[in-house]
Amino acid sequence: MPVKTGKSRPSRRTAAEHAPLAAARSAVPHRAMPGGATVIEFRGVEKRYDVGAVGLDQATFSIERGEWVFLVGSTGSGKSTVMRLLIKELEPTGGAIRVAGKDLAEIDRKRVPYYRRNIGVVFQDFKLLPNRTVHDNVAYALQVTGGTRKDIRAKVPDILRLTGLSTKLHNYPDQLSGGEQQRVAIARAFVNHPPLLLADEPTGNLDPETSIGIMQLLYRINRAGTTVLIATHDNAMVDKMRRRVIELSQGRIVRDEATGLYVRDESTREFAVRMRDGLPESPPTVEQR
Amino acid sequence: MRIGFFLREAVRALRRNAAPSFAALATILLTMLVVGVFIPIVQATTGAANDVRKRVLVDVYLVRGATQADVTRVRQTLTQMSDVKRVAFVSKQQAYEQQRAKDPEAFALLGANPLPDTFRVTPKNPDDVLKIAAQLQPASSGGRGAPIDRAIDSVNTKRDDTKKILEVTRFVKLMAGTLAALLIAASIFLIANTIRLSLYARRREVEVMKLVGATDWFIRWPFVIEGVVVGAFGTLLAILLLAIGKIAIIDPLASDFTLIAAPSTMPFTALVVVMLIAGIAISAIGSGLSLRRFLRI
Repeated sequence: MPVKTGKSRPSRRTAAEHAPLAAARSAVPHRAMPGGATVIEFRGVEKRYDVGAVGLDQATFSIERGEWVFLVGSTGSGKSTVMRLLIKELEPTGGAIRVAGKDLAEIDRKRVPYYRRNIGVVFQDFKLLPNRTVHDNVAYALQVTGGTRKDIRAKVPDILRLTGLSTKLHNYPDQLSGGEQQRVAIARAFVNHPPLLLADEPTGNLDPETSIGIMQLLYRINRAGTTVLIATHDNAMVDKMRRRVIELSQGRIVRDEATGLYVRDESTREFAVRMRDGLPESPPTVEQR
Repeated sequence: MRIGFFLREAVRALRRNAAPSFAALATILLTMLVVGVFIPIVQATTGAANDVRKRVLVDVYLVRGATQADVTRVRQTLTQMSDVKRVAFVSKQQAYEQQRAKDPEAFALLGANPLPDTFRVTPKNPDDVLKIAAQLQPASSGGRGAPIDRAIDSVNTKRDDTKKILEVTRFVKLMAGTLAALLIAASIFLIANTIRLSLYARRREVEVMKLVGATDWFIRWPFVIEGVVVGAFGTLLAILLLAIGKIAIIDPLASDFTLIAAPSTMPFTALVVVMLIAGIAISAIGSGLSLRRFLRI
């Protein structure tokens, strides 16, 4: 049975409150992926589905460590295909994908779970385990990797504090709002401090204000050194963020550029202010094309 | 740590999915109950059929005035035949006494002993009776030929009766076997289907686990343990009901009806062990296997 080490907690809590991100930041270099600074490399990647549809056609791009990249495009343009290829849920029909220098084709089926532990994934529909509390959902990601109770006691409260969920610890997912559920999903994706975080339409089901909160959280994670790749069709959001954008259309890359000013050292607070700026007069339209 | 974790996961799943778990438990309880009743019935039937088949014999009558040397030689020939299990010799004197005990008046009238020396030959397999008879007395163009030994007068198998007995018992055994096979197959499909339904409801959960980086066995173990628990509980309940039925109904009747107390049914403890192993194995393996299609992500 777990022995409560409650006595030693207050001191650690204050330390952790001040520097949950410092902990995250320091965790990243330990996990530094081999193969230089390129985290994701797509070379002539092609994905044709059995029914004949083209998911991805000759896609070539690379993403450096610590970058923040948006993947945009209308529905069916291949954004999700990129994501699913990256977590090896799908196999490409042509070309090569390298993540941290490792060719994904070389990872056999048995090794896929271990590969996935190096990638945090966030989905539009949250994909939480409905039978588990917020705490247990996040803890599951640690248990999967063989994490001990000690690990869980040390890491889960910290990550939940970082994501602002400390008071919802014992709630079940269906008792939370959409924004809160997405925060749980992000907490779960980040609790292992993966060097790469993928988010497939993370704000697709959320209202603009909540979306900013989620983006802010992802920004914080990115500032801690994690590479972040976000697929979205929220163009207003993308325009405001002024980050690198890769646009897909019918499986082809039609644009790959860093838009506008690239303010790398912006604080999370400044970031939030800028994101909220102009929100009331021009509510972001979801589908513009 | 790992085993504890898997056990807790299984218990959690059972508690949070009470309805499907109960459905699986009820299915196993019912099928096991039917199997538990059926196994002894099949066994008693086959046992009875086998008892009848054991009575099928070949009678070899020796010629009148056969010498001691003849008897020894024929006995040797018979015991050396590959299909023969046992050879019993009934001398004419023994036969006479046996028959006289049955019907003293008739034999008193006869005066002398008209009976020959006889060998009672038990075949290894009742189906070989006619083959043995044919070997001893090969068929010739004009019906029955001469016996292979001059000391043998005739070979008797009560041909028609034997054929009938063999046919009927073979049919009974075949029916019992087919029914048992059908029942077992139906039980397995029923249990597998119930498990698959309850897993289908949780396939999203499995998908999420895979995406978080859980290995297949990390996901599978709790499901298998869950299957063991459900299988064990269902089977134990079925055994309990069977035991009540046995004590309340069968045992009082057994003293009156010999069929129920047929010696060839397996003892109750053996039945319990077989049922427990089958119930738990089907449920656990079913859970593990049904999960496979959902693990392909």
